[in-house]
Amino acid sequence: MAFRHKHILGIEQLSKEDIGFILDTADSFKEINTRDIKKVPTLRGKTIINLFFEASTRTRTSFEIAGKRLSADTINITASSSSVVKGETLEDTARNIEAMHPDIIVMRHSASGAPHYLADRLDCSIINAGDGAHEHPTQALLDMLTIRQHKGSLEGLKVAIIGDITHSRVARSDIYGLTRMGAEVRLAGPGTMIPPGIERLGAKVYADMREAIKGADVVMMLRIQLERQGKTLLPTLREYAKFYGLNPRNLTLAAPDALVMHPGPVNRGVELSSYVADGGQSVILDQVENGVAVRMAALYLVLGGEQGDNA
Amino acid sequence: MKILIKGGRVLDPAHNIDDSLDLLIEDGTISRIDKNIQEQGVDEMIEAKGQLVTPGLIDIHVHLRDPGFEYKEDIASGTRAAVAGGFTAVACMPNTKPVNDNHTVTTYIKTRAVEQGVCRVYPVGAITKGSKGESLTEMGDMRDAGCVAFSDDGHPVGSGELMRRALEYAKPFNLPIISHSEDLDLVGQGVMNEGFVATELGLKGIPWVAEAAAVAREVMLAEFTGAHLHVAHVSTRAAIDIVRQAKKRGVRVTCEATPHHFTLTEEAVRGYDTNAKMNPPLRDADDLEAVREGLADGTIDTIATDHAPHHIDEKNVEFNIALYGVVGLETALPLTLRLVEDGVLSLRDAIAKLTINPARALNLPGGTLEAGRPADVTVIDLNHSWTVSAANLVSKSKNTPFDGWKLKGIATHTIVDGKIAYRKG
Ligand SMILES: [Zn+2]
Ligand SMILES: [Zn+2]
Repeated sequence: MAFRHKHILGIEQLSKEDIGFILDTADSFKEINTRDIKKVPTLRGKTIINLFFEASTRTRTSFEIAGKRLSADTINITASSSSVVKGETLEDTARNIEAMHPDIIVMRHSASGAPHYLADRLDCSIINAGDGAHEHPTQALLDMLTIRQHKGSLEGLKVAIIGDITHSRVARSDIYGLTRMGAEVRLAGPGTMIPPGIERLGAKVYADMREAIKGADVVMMLRIQLERQGKTLLPTLREYAKFYGLNPRNLTLAAPDALVMHPGPVNRGVELSSYVADGGQSVILDQVENGVAVRMAALYLVLGGEQGDNA
Repeated sequence: MKILIKGGRVLDPAHNIDDSLDLLIEDGTISRIDKNIQEQGVDEMIEAKGQLVTPGLIDIHVHLRDPGFEYKEDIASGTRAAVAGGFTAVACMPNTKPVNDNHTVTTYIKTRAVEQGVCRVYPVGAITKGSKGESLTEMGDMRDAGCVAFSDDGHPVGSGELMRRALEYAKPFNLPIISHSEDLDLVGQGVMNEGFVATELGLKGIPWVAEAAAVAREVMLAEFTGAHLHVAHVSTRAAIDIVRQAKKRGVRVTCEATPHHFTLTEEAVRGYDTNAKMNPPLRDADDLEAVREGLADGTIDTIATDHAPHHIDEKNVEFNIALYGVVGLETALPLTLRLVEDGVLSLRDAIAKLTINPARALNLPGGTLEAGRPADVTVIDLNHSWTVSAANLVSKSKNTPFDGWKLKGIATHTIVDGKIAYRKG
């Protein structure tokens, strides 16, 4: 099959076949990352711009490594949203960058819809590296790849996602992806962090976290960003950890071989106790590792999967 | 100057007139409304057979952006947009720069309207100085300068005590207080209606209760003070229910709804279309239904556009930083006529909500066709189909969510004070 999407703006637009194809491609790239010389000429001569309006060392580095391993020229631009304050609009920034003729822009922005805005106006491919509280497609793809590697398939799995669903682009992308691949998605979190109508995306909301993780094959914990939550969404982190944190005790409610996941960085003792974060069921580092392979696949496929020599 | 409008269907809800009549205008005044008027020396004959002849339409909620934001709109362009939409009078909100919070600014607007305007302009003064919500403006002085109502539109008065005093103060002047009702705490950082679409798009939501809770407070204060409250742009079922119940109790409350709130839902935001970003936000299908029910049963007295021009640079940005508002003067009439087509309103009631009802809500002259009164008249072709083109709007700004829509019905002649202010080309 061929990948027919010029952009990867969200998991919402991807079919089950698309997702499977990206994961298969990522699997085939994974091997490169364990070679002695971790570089193939696949995207030689291509220019990738990492355009990050929001700080994110992890995602940016992951994309940068992915691009370099495929021999693309990767350039990082850390644009501050303060350029908006100075009167430069996103469109101005975009036009300036387009004038440099990139093949792909990898974009992170605090405004939901910002990558869609660029995709409508520029000629190059856009990969969404996280837009506001909307989507973070490559994170969901690396989550799915990690689960698939451990469980063989996503079909029929019970996946609990716990935490701040309202503000999580990871949660939205994971819900789209996992349900499309045949998994059952359960959500739990503080009442202030469950957005209206989220069930309509195909997930079930549980009032009690313990109910959500009962018998789950995967427990995915989301990061709490207290600075974003302000004063009204949470009383204290202590209270949060007590009711929505994953610890060895409530983890026993999940399936015995349940995977523990987290998009990182972990607030230790809040979302996850250290025992769980570093325990045998945690696949958090696998997620990071798979991130590079998934991003290599994404970069490769949006350019039409063109083969360089010796890919 | 004599204008004779011949053979039209004259519809004047205020006088229960709906008949094939001729209308003669002499020296700015309606001189006769009658069957088959034969008149010598007519300067202008409007053949209105098959057309509707109504009192001049009145829009009591527009933003003319003058003074201060003339790059979006000014009194000349805004009133030209008004007459192109069939409106002969508009009431303009005070959120200009400077704010219309004293008689000097009011006088500027009135003078400018006389010099450059092509329809009647009724300034709405600010409730509080600078619309800062801290102290009352000189409402009496501003009334003398021409203000017809007071509102801190766009900047809801946070203090219940201050709102109470505003209502009490305005009451003996017989001036309505127009409330843009929003509890800003509940609005928070929201940029669209709170609901499934916001959840899916990852945009912060504005819950319906932000409007309803504020309307509840305003209505109780109106009941308490006995003053006249006009609620601007209601958009939620709960707020409309509150007004409905208050009216039953005899509270002096009127309210308006906008064409976008009875035509569009939050679904229009999909694709992050900033021309669907407005305040109050587009709501869900049930709220849209409630607005239509409120119009049908009379809870909502008036249709007003909340014409809010913005420059393209203020809309061509990320959704969450785009400015709120859409232009509306040139699409209000056909969108209202869709309600007639949909069986929500009779033609008579639709025209009433654009003529006599808004006039009554703000105690304005006009809104009826009466011999001896100044001639504000709109001639409407109900069957004319046309396609909205943002680029062709008369307004300086092009921020319409209806670009490309096929609509039916258009003003062919707009007569202000006995002069033809607009004639469809
Ligand atoms: Zn308003
Ligand atoms: Zn307004």
